Amino acid sequence: MIDVLYFAWVRERIGLPRERLETGAATVADLVDELRAREERYAAAFSDLTSLRVALDQELASFDAPLAGVREVAFFPPMTGG
Amino acid sequence: MRVAVQSAPFDVGTEVSTFTAGVRGAGAVVSFTGLVRDEAGTLSGMEIEHYPGMTEKAIFGIVGEAVSRWSLVDALVIHRYGKLGPGEAIMMVATAAPHRGDAFAAAEFLMDYLKSRAPFWKKELGAGGEAWVAAKDADEDALKRW
Repeated sequence: MIDVLYFAWVRERIGLPRERLETGAATVADLVDELRAREERYAAAFSDLTSLRVALDQELASFDAPLAGVREVAFFPPMTGG
Repeated sequence: MRVAVQSAPFDVGTEVSTFTAGVRGAGAVVSFTGLVRDEAGTLSGMEIEHYPGMTEKAIFGIVGEAVSRWSLVDALVIHRYGKLGPGEAIMMVATAAPHRGDAFAAAEFLMDYLKSRAPFWKKELGAGGEAWVAAKDADEDALKRW
């Protein structure tokens, strides 16, 4: 099981802040493909990966990163702190 | 080093005074405060979302990087989340160093990295509705100078 978190407009588009999933995805990109196939709102949120960032266990990562051993995946737009 | 991620407002004067009083061996303190900007006068406020847990880790990582690059006596980062009104302080950084060059450079470095590497997202609230603030290419480019 893996916790998947969504922030900012990704959270709004998908309609929930987090969920727990059973997945066989090997990489972040595989997980994204699984999510896209679930429902239209996921397909919409993940339509353009260049406008998204991903963190694995609270560290920024790339979409080709492996998911082995990861407990928490977060998807969000580019950050706007400061 | 102190990092505070909080919804409560903070008093910039008090924070700078307390920070300055606590630094030993420093010859320079630089502080920066970021405010909710309302250029057009139409903003009713701003809502800031963050990623609890990662936010603190990311900021400590950025502060640690600053400490390894410059000769710093101390550093402070305060960043708010939640609903803020126009003109309110969103965040501040303060750096203390033996000489001003290091204090200025480290403060700028902290600001550049907090902007695009700390997991905060700003949403502007106005009469015409609400809109997420988009990240700027210039913010990403700003990291390249370090």
